[in-house]
Amino acid sequence: MTADSHADSHGAAHTSTGLSNNKLGMWLFLGSECLLFGGLISTYMLYRGRVGEGPRPSQVFDIPFTSVSSFVLLMSSLTMVLAVSAAHKGDERNTSLWVAITALLGATFVGGQVYEFTAFYNEGMGFTTSLFSSSFYVLTGFHGVHVTVGIIMLMSTVGILKRSKVPGSKAETVEMIGLYWHFVDVVWIIIFTLIYLIPA
Amino acid sequence: MTTETHSTTEHGMSNAGYVRIAAILAAITALEVATYYIDLGALFLPSLLIMMVVKFIIVVSYFMHLKFDNKLFSWVFYAGLILALTVYAIFLATFHFFS
Repeated sequence: MTADSHADSHGAAHTSTGLSNNKLGMWLFLGSECLLFGGLISTYMLYRGRVGEGPRPSQVFDIPFTSVSSFVLLMSSLTMVLAVSAAHKGDERNTSLWVAITALLGATFVGGQVYEFTAFYNEGMGFTTSLFSSSFYVLTGFHGVHVTVGIIMLMSTVGILKRSKVPGSKAETVEMIGLYWHFVDVVWIIIFTLIYLIPA
Repeated sequence: MTTETHSTTEHGMSNAGYVRIAAILAAITALEVATYYIDLGALFLPSLLIMMVVKFIIVVSYFMHLKFDNKLFSWVFYAGLILALTVYAIFLATFHFFS
């Protein structure tokens, strides 16, 4: 049993900082993720005008469709925070329910991204068509992988909550996954504006 | 102390508060999409960037609880973010992106 699992009823962990090491580690990880996505976004910004013989961003992007996808991901952040709130109240039934709904909304977003990629490919925008297409697929693909990993974590959480096999504080476990999920949403907020809404 | 009060004071807001925040985020997203179809002229880029930053801060502060949590978490996260912004601003400037 780790020191973190001994957090008292007021949320204070018995560590040298008085904070949960798990939570501190998650925030450190998210801080480092800013550098990963910063690199991918910067590379896209540099190459978005390099379309070569391929289609331009404005020719392939479907703003109404992506807006709906963005809205779905945004609402998944609401359901996630409701899951964390339920977990802190010790309401396992609602925690599982909100986590499952979050996973469903995330899966809807990923499904939309797969559909979007397929449509782009059919319009002649392959991965190696141009520097624009390569940097676009790498950036949005990396984000999609992050969402997919999040869905796997959410579904795993539903499973282990049902079997009551979450070690330590269940609320903190759900909160950690929530932090990751909200970060994925925050990254999409930036991608949606810089990549989709601002024309090259 | 009720469960709801306990939750509100220690972990941020009530559920109704979260729904209100989500409604604000949805409204800002709708405004962002509207700028794509309405000609705002010189205001187009600044307005989109401001709305993006506002959405970012709202999610991080309220949904990720940074506003209510220990300040060390804020320092750790914003240090990574500011480092990333600085490094990639220099990177983009090197390639004459802003000129």
